[in-house]
Amino acid sequence: MLNSLSISETEETGRVSERFRRIRFRDIIRGVPWIPVTILVIFLVCGLFGSFITPHDPLKTDLRAVKKPPFFQQAGDMKYLLGTDAIGRDILSRIITGAGVSLQVGFAVVVFAGALGALVALLSAYLGGWVDTILMRITDMFLSMPYLIILIALAAVLGPSKNNVILIMAVLGWAGYARVLRSEVLRIKNADFIKLAIVARAGKARIMFQHIFPNIINTLVVLATLQLGNVIIMESSLSFLGLGVPPPEPAWGSMVADGRIIMNTAWWVSTWPGIAIMLVVLSSNLLGDWLRLRLDPKFRQL
Amino acid sequence: MISNDNILVVQDLKTYFYTSRGVVKAVDGVSFELKKGETLGLVGESGCGKSITCFSIIRLVPPPAGHIVGGKVLLHGEDLLIKSEKEMTRIRGSRITMILQDPMMSLNPLFTIGEQIAEPIRYHQKLGKLEVWEKVKEMLRLVHIPSPEVRMGEYPHQMSGGMRQRISGAMTLSCQPEILIADEPTTALDVTIQAQFLSLLKEIQQKVNLSMIVVTHDFGIVARICDRVAVMYAGKIVESAETRELFNNPAHPYTVALLNSLPKMEEKVDKLYSIEGQPPELHALPPGCSFAPRCPQVKEICLRDFPSQKEITLDHYASCWLHG
Amino acid sequence: MVSEILLEVRDLTKHFPVTKGLIFPKRIGAVMAVDGISFTINKGETFGLVGESGCGKTTTARLILLLEEITSGTLLFEGTDVSQMSKPAFERYRASVQAVFQDPYSSLSPRMKVGKIIAEPIVINDDLNPKEIRERVASLLDVVGLRKDAPVLYPHEFSGGQRQRIAIARALAPDPGLIILDEPVSALDVSIRAQIMNLLRDIQKKTHTTFLLIAHDLAVVKHMSNRIGVMYLGKLVEVAESEELCSHPVHPYTQALLSAALPSHPDIVRELIILPGDVPSPLNPPSGCRFHTRCFKPTAICSQQIPPLKEITSGHLVACHIN
Repeated sequence: MLNSLSISETEETGRVSERFRRIRFRDIIRGVPWIPVTILVIFLVCGLFGSFITPHDPLKTDLRAVKKPPFFQQAGDMKYLLGTDAIGRDILSRIITGAGVSLQVGFAVVVFAGALGALVALLSAYLGGWVDTILMRITDMFLSMPYLIILIALAAVLGPSKNNVILIMAVLGWAGYARVLRSEVLRIKNADFIKLAIVARAGKARIMFQHIFPNIINTLVVLATLQLGNVIIMESSLSFLGLGVPPPEPAWGSMVADGRIIMNTAWWVSTWPGIAIMLVVLSSNLLGDWLRLRLDPKFRQL
Repeated sequence: MISNDNILVVQDLKTYFYTSRGVVKAVDGVSFELKKGETLGLVGESGCGKSITCFSIIRLVPPPAGHIVGGKVLLHGEDLLIKSEKEMTRIRGSRITMILQDPMMSLNPLFTIGEQIAEPIRYHQKLGKLEVWEKVKEMLRLVHIPSPEVRMGEYPHQMSGGMRQRISGAMTLSCQPEILIADEPTTALDVTIQAQFLSLLKEIQQKVNLSMIVVTHDFGIVARICDRVAVMYAGKIVESAETRELFNNPAHPYTVALLNSLPKMEEKVDKLYSIEGQPPELHALPPGCSFAPRCPQVKEICLRDFPSQKEITLDHYASCWLHG
Repeated sequence: MVSEILLEVRDLTKHFPVTKGLIFPKRIGAVMAVDGISFTINKGETFGLVGESGCGKTTTARLILLLEEITSGTLLFEGTDVSQMSKPAFERYRASVQAVFQDPYSSLSPRMKVGKIIAEPIVINDDLNPKEIRERVASLLDVVGLRKDAPVLYPHEFSGGQRQRIAIARALAPDPGLIILDEPVSALDVSIRAQIMNLLRDIQKKTHTTFLLIAHDLAVVKHMSNRIGVMYLGKLVEVAESEELCSHPVHPYTQALLSAALPSHPDIVRELIILPGDVPSPLNPPSGCRFHTRCFKPTAICSQQIPPLKEITSGHLVACHIN
């Protein structure tokens, strides 16, 4: 089935017959990797509407149902589908709520770091000269920092809190975006439409934000999607170490930490959150890869 | 010296590309003959299939999307389309060669030009080391590159565009091919360099009795060096004739329109004749004649059936309902 | 007919410094892209600038568009020196000179709607309300022959020829006095070129806009231009009316260039004048007349003195010692 719309009209001399192809929704969603997207959508829904769909209150402890195995094992029951942890909290509800935490942190970091990185890239590449040199040296500085170690150190110093985690990761993470986006901006800078904007007397700000930025959004989106997985792993690592989102708010990382000691007897306490982390990270990486293929080099088509 | 023997006969060649948007019939039933010593021009706009036709002849159509789905390509009576890949590699470079548009892409920036010209010689011929270098120098002299001994050791980036194109020529001619296919050979060159290169091609053709197929969108090149010309549109040949005959009596409305739309140095017009519309999208060709939507003399039958090739006058063929 | 001069260029020069060294760059020479050229463009005419790669025609266009800084020389617009203009006059100059470039695929901002692209020069430079802007865009679309619903579409939904029309509409938006056309049709399919050339001619007839046309195809330049200037290695070697230049070229380079033009019919055979050697490097141009190393009738003085551009017959200027 072909999606072209063919219109031919000849009016007076001077009028042209035209044929243009409207980009249909079908074209955009063709070839989408459905499994990663579905997984991410499920987690998104959990994150946004978690409080409505959890079977139990994630914070409520039930000391009569401590360390209950998942429903498919012998001692488990349908009331606690994935089992309970050491103090009787329902794992499934905690995972659903934890999704919200992971995704909140993930998106926030990616948006802030991405925006900051994009801004640095635009200023640096378009203005050039000293601005470029200084900004790029700062970027290099940030890129050469041992990310995880500083992350842990800062988190330890500032104390565990969700906002601190977001802040630290955004501040450490923007440099990667800046470096990649700078080369995009340099490439676009030489295009004819930029020269024509200058001829039309567009100011630097207008050129940077109305001409260049819309053309780097695609790369930014791809980078962000690929980074999302990383951020979630980092946040989980911090939470695992007790430096991330503090209890009792359920975070997958801390859930994994909680279950570590009792792995022999209650494998499910660490395993389910671990699987959740793996699924989200894997899905966002796959989605990012697909986006990269789809959006680049024909990115103008979207 | 154009003999009467056909050295290459292409019969009903079909090359299709299978894309996500549909089947693109890039070459859809193309037939022509090339006589020994003749220069045939394949003229058309972008997307008409002229380049793919040439790549199909030497079987370099890029898989997996592209497939030669039908027809015959007879080199001295042997069908190239049924030969094995091994046999084709022996034919490419030694019997049929090709020059491309951008000399920078044909030349490897990491090797000296001497090395690059020597490579096909070493592959196709059994010559001793010294003989190979002699041949390289001979080739450089053939294409009028001064001081070949010095140039042999230089790299492509040290030469100008015109020289690089001549070196491409030297590479392709080193094994005395019978047929040279030149795909838009001068598009990237300056006006004066282009003229010199075309003269060089003619000179070489006469020296070694080469048969050439020149692919171009420029009728000026056709007028300058082609003996015969075939006009392509949307994957098919719509008209073919001897060059002079085509310019004097173009039969197909596309040819007529195209020739009239070109600005000419020799006459002054106020307004150029312009063709309506755009070249068609190859995966969505209309039924009947592909040119019908833009044809100023379209008839009802044109929209239904594709006209078969008719002989207009001696050796002048056109596929158009206006002529029978 | 008294023709008013719209743009005058006097001894226009642009040198690009060539430096060596990474940390502390040292200047080791300069590329004389444009080396002291002078010509005038009359109101309402099309002035064609021809020459081969490296001759400086594109750099000249950039200088007039103020995309590059002038090294030395003067640019006069409607009689006034651009560098001495008052701020409002200077703003008017910039709005008055627009451009259409060769590549229709990189001339339009890919993520901007066509309406916004066309309106941009007026949005920046004029004080029209949104309704007036919409009306102006609609009338421009009409002038270039595009569909009325084009403003909401994106550039990639149009073909090459249509995109060039969009670029022309944008150039026309601020009602410019001069439009610089840099190879406006060479990237288009042959059957579309005539459409665009006719369109440009129609626009000029209607609005009396002046064009500076840069092209390598001599037939295109001759067809569209009233006067033609020939450049070689940063210098203007000959200027004349199109008919006159093509039928009576005086400068040896012009003669060689015209002899190399492809014929429009196989029976037209031109004697090709072969220029020996390659174009010299603009870093180190030959002394005296830049062309003397490849000229087919040089004299002794040619290698010593740069020939000035002199008028030999009415309207026909040549820079050659032989005349």
